[in-house]
Amino acid sequence: MGYKAKFRVWRGEGGEGKLEDFVVEVNEGEVVLDVIHRLQATQAPDLAVRWNCKAGKCGSCSMEINGKPRLGCMTRMSTFEENDTITVTPMRTFPVIKDLVTDVSFNYQKAREIPSFTPPQDVKPGEYRMQQIDVERSQEFRKCIECFMCNNVCHVIRDHEENKQAFAGPRFLMRIAELDMHPYDVADRKNEAQEEHGLGYCNITKCCTEVCPEHIKITDNALIPMKERVVDRKYDPLVWLGNKIFKRSGSSPAKSG
Amino acid sequence: MDIERHEYDVVVIGAGGAGLRAAIEARQQGKRTAIVCKSLFGKAHTVMAEGGAAAAMGNVNPADNWMVHFRDTMRGGKFLNNWRMAELHAKEAADRVWELEAWGALFDRTKDGKISQRNFGGHEYPRLAHVGDRTGLELIRTLQQRVVALQQEDQELHGDAEAYIKVFAECTITRLLKQGPEPEAPISGAFGYWRETGRLVCFDAPAVVLATGGIGKSYTVTSNSWEYTGDGHALALLAGAKLINMEFIQFHPTGMVWPPSVRGILVTESVRGDRGVLRNSEGKRFMFDYIPEVFKDKYATSEEEADRWYDDQAGNRRPPELLPRDEVARAINSEVKAGRGSPHGGVFLSVVGRLSPAEIVRRLPSMHHQFKELADVDITKEAMEVGPTCHYIMGGVEVDADTGASSVPGLFAAGEVSGGMHGSNRLGGNSLSDLLVFGRRAGAGAAAYLDGLAARPVISAETLQDAEQEAVAPLSRAGGENPYEVHHELQRTMNELVGIIRKAEEMREALEAVGKLKERAAGTGAPGGRIYNPGWHLALDLRNMLLVSECVARAALLREESRGGHTRDDYPAMSAEWRRKLLRCALTPGGEVAIEEAVQPSMRDDLIALFDRAELSKYVTADELADYDALVKES
Ligand SMILES: Cc1cc2nc3c(=O)[nH]c(=O)nc-3n(C[C@H](O)[C@H](O)[C@H](O)COP(=O)(O)OP(=O)(O)OC[C@H]3O[C@@H](n4cnc5c(N)ncnc54)[C@H](O)[C@@H]3O)c2cc1C
Ligand code: SF4
Ligand code: SF4
Ligand code: FES
Repeated sequence: MGYKAKFRVWRGEGGEGKLEDFVVEVNEGEVVLDVIHRLQATQAPDLAVRWNCKAGKCGSCSMEINGKPRLGCMTRMSTFEENDTITVTPMRTFPVIKDLVTDVSFNYQKAREIPSFTPPQDVKPGEYRMQQIDVERSQEFRKCIECFMCNNVCHVIRDHEENKQAFAGPRFLMRIAELDMHPYDVADRKNEAQEEHGLGYCNITKCCTEVCPEHIKITDNALIPMKERVVDRKYDPLVWLGNKIFKRSGSSPAKSG
Repeated sequence: MDIERHEYDVVVIGAGGAGLRAAIEARQQGKRTAIVCKSLFGKAHTVMAEGGAAAAMGNVNPADNWMVHFRDTMRGGKFLNNWRMAELHAKEAADRVWELEAWGALFDRTKDGKISQRNFGGHEYPRLAHVGDRTGLELIRTLQQRVVALQQEDQELHGDAEAYIKVFAECTITRLLKQGPEPEAPISGAFGYWRETGRLVCFDAPAVVLATGGIGKSYTVTSNSWEYTGDGHALALLAGAKLINMEFIQFHPTGMVWPPSVRGILVTESVRGDRGVLRNSEGKRFMFDYIPEVFKDKYATSEEEADRWYDDQAGNRRPPELLPRDEVARAINSEVKAGRGSPHGGVFLSVVGRLSPAEIVRRLPSMHHQFKELADVDITKEAMEVGPTCHYIMGGVEVDADTGASSVPGLFAAGEVSGGMHGSNRLGGNSLSDLLVFGRRAGAGAAAYLDGLAARPVISAETLQDAEQEAVAPLSRAGGENPYEVHHELQRTMNELVGIIRKAEEMREALEAVGKLKERAAGTGAPGGRIYNPGWHLALDLRNMLLVSECVARAALLREESRGGHTRDDYPAMSAEWRRKLLRCALTPGGEVAIEEAVQPSMRDDLIALFDRAELSKYVTADELADYDALVKES
């Protein structure tokens, strides 16, 4: 059942490189990452690629396959024709270290800029009580495997290096939404999302949602609701004051608004 | 070539659950802590854990408590566990899970708003805290975010986020450094290279915590990732520490078997905990035929009783699909051997008709996704094909239960790289909780060790030079043997000869093969440069995989009984005499693996009294039973 596939893989380091052509065996059921591994073992032992789980759970193997951001381990060879040439390149928005491996430190920097979970001081471990329905919204965002493909496709930084400073990218704007929707988080995150992490740059193109391998509705469920909350706040300061008083009273931890 | 130098109080090697929890503890106790890991931050193996973390919180069944959990753990390990570890684990797991919640984790909930708990093999009550089937992701992300929170605190206090805790990601440690060559010489640091640049790096530190995970990459069919090359096991041996229980490897009963490229990828036990059943090619629910003598009174004997159990656990016995993993793996193996397997050499696992399609997708989202994307199978409509896969090593660094200290001063270990806690077989869900309980303890152990230390041990120029030479050697052998081939050969050897069912002559053959591979590994070369060169990295990992494989094969050959994750075709029975023996691996000065027998310490009186006589008599010797009788009489 095996056949020979044509691959073009970006090779290079230190800002230079080119597409290299390979002809490589493919067997039934294989994914692109399997083929990259076969190249390593048989033709290009120093070909650099990140991976860990090979099951779409760790978000290490992000790459662009025929120009589309994909997880190498979840892209089956059967989705291509046998005589297609498959082009594999590194994520475009981040600087290349070597071959398919990029420098994703931007994402870790941004993660550190988002203020952490802030529970009320008087709730002890073991005393948290939350209803399933109240945790589900944030749980959706916590499915994120940090493949950083949403940040990679977002045009705000993909095409504008200069915006990287001011824009946390969909991954971390969603992190703010996740904390904001956490039933026990008491920090006020709405202004901050807008003013310090660049929520305003997002013009809801939904490119991030389209590439998310976890099928998280980043735009509809995180970014748009955050934008609405920011607007609410602008017109109605009482909304937020009300929320905080309501929360602190401890009658129910559910955060609304 | 210049070597980058760093000075820390504690260096934690590994950023999975154990490593992160250890680092958090060391930092919380005011120690300057480095976390070093081979992958990016947040991608360690722990991220793959699916089913949950076991902790006797009693949220679903209030009858649960630490004593029940302790008993289950000892039973699961066939009483070979380090009982002190099993005790600490059962007592502290709940606090560790609750602590995660206070750091932002969002577990699935019960109706009254508490953390929900699910059934798992070998656990008497629903016990696993979980988030769908992505619990490991929640655990690692929460700990990662806790590290970030501490860094934010340090930023406020000291103007430097990395003043007290810093992550060195994509950095591989190749050697532990010591003040001198003798086994009891204290740790003085660790040596390695940056994967991204190939630059060499030396950490000057009196305390090192190993949290490097497992060894599965020595096998062909495995649920483990590339990181699992047994580095920590080998680093410990090379530093003079001891490994115990290396013969016990858990083959998880349900790995994917088709297509070939995904063979081994895990199918979580939650599928069975959530009503999934195993059937052979004749459609028979075969697990009823495989209930072993020691578990006879705890498992249902009819499908009706088994099915009632999910809703009424007090009035019924458990379905045999939920036997401990070693039993289920062997049963599947036997069915396939008897010709009753599925088309691709596994058996059928199905939830079709047992949960509604919507419920299947909600409770088992990543399984649904995984089968759909990788095998074109819709698990709401079709059965999965599954078979055993190399999953977890029970063996590891011999440590002090309370502090995680190894026999080498300044060297600590926690998580999968440590040994003892799980005895001969680990229960599902007991690893994630183990990481938290003993990660914290090792971090605290390292901090206490530092407090009692008069002076920092020094790194000699000589040890540094040795480490450097070893690390760069493959690069200078560009025309050498292909490391990928040596690796594949090792995997085949271990898979075929030291797998789930073992025979003396096959293990001897394996040892011979490993010896030859060692020679070949010494001549492997890596063409290309220093920057992110996987061929070079693999050439260095081979040393570790070969050392660990040798330990596994040697110990397995010596243990002439079958117990948990060690099944001997030529010694099929469990032996009460062997239960009292631990096999302890060490390196001779010449670099050979040597094994000695050690006595398994007897359980403390109040702990052994938690078991009834009938059960104990299945495991222990007549002498031990007489001691037990005397004890009971006294009280
Ligand atoms: C698919 C799967 C599902 C599982 N599901 C469950 C479950 O539901 N419940 C449960 O309790 N257990 C489960 N387990 C087992 C459990 O996940 C692991 O045993 C556990 O995560 C190991 O954690 P750890 O902290 O010891 O190591 P890991 O999380 O594996 O981390 C090891 C770390 O060490 C680093 N490292 C290794 N070598 C070096 C080196 N030389 N230099 C620097 N860094 C190094 C790695 O980069 C990594 O950061 C599962 C395992 C698998 C494979
Ligand atoms: S929706 Fe917003 S965040 Fe997402 S890609 Fe478009 S602009 Fe970027
Ligand atoms: S939100 Fe989705 S696309 Fe973005 S990093 Fe997370 S998993 Fe990847
Ligand atoms: S290797 Fe983990 S997501 Fe692809």
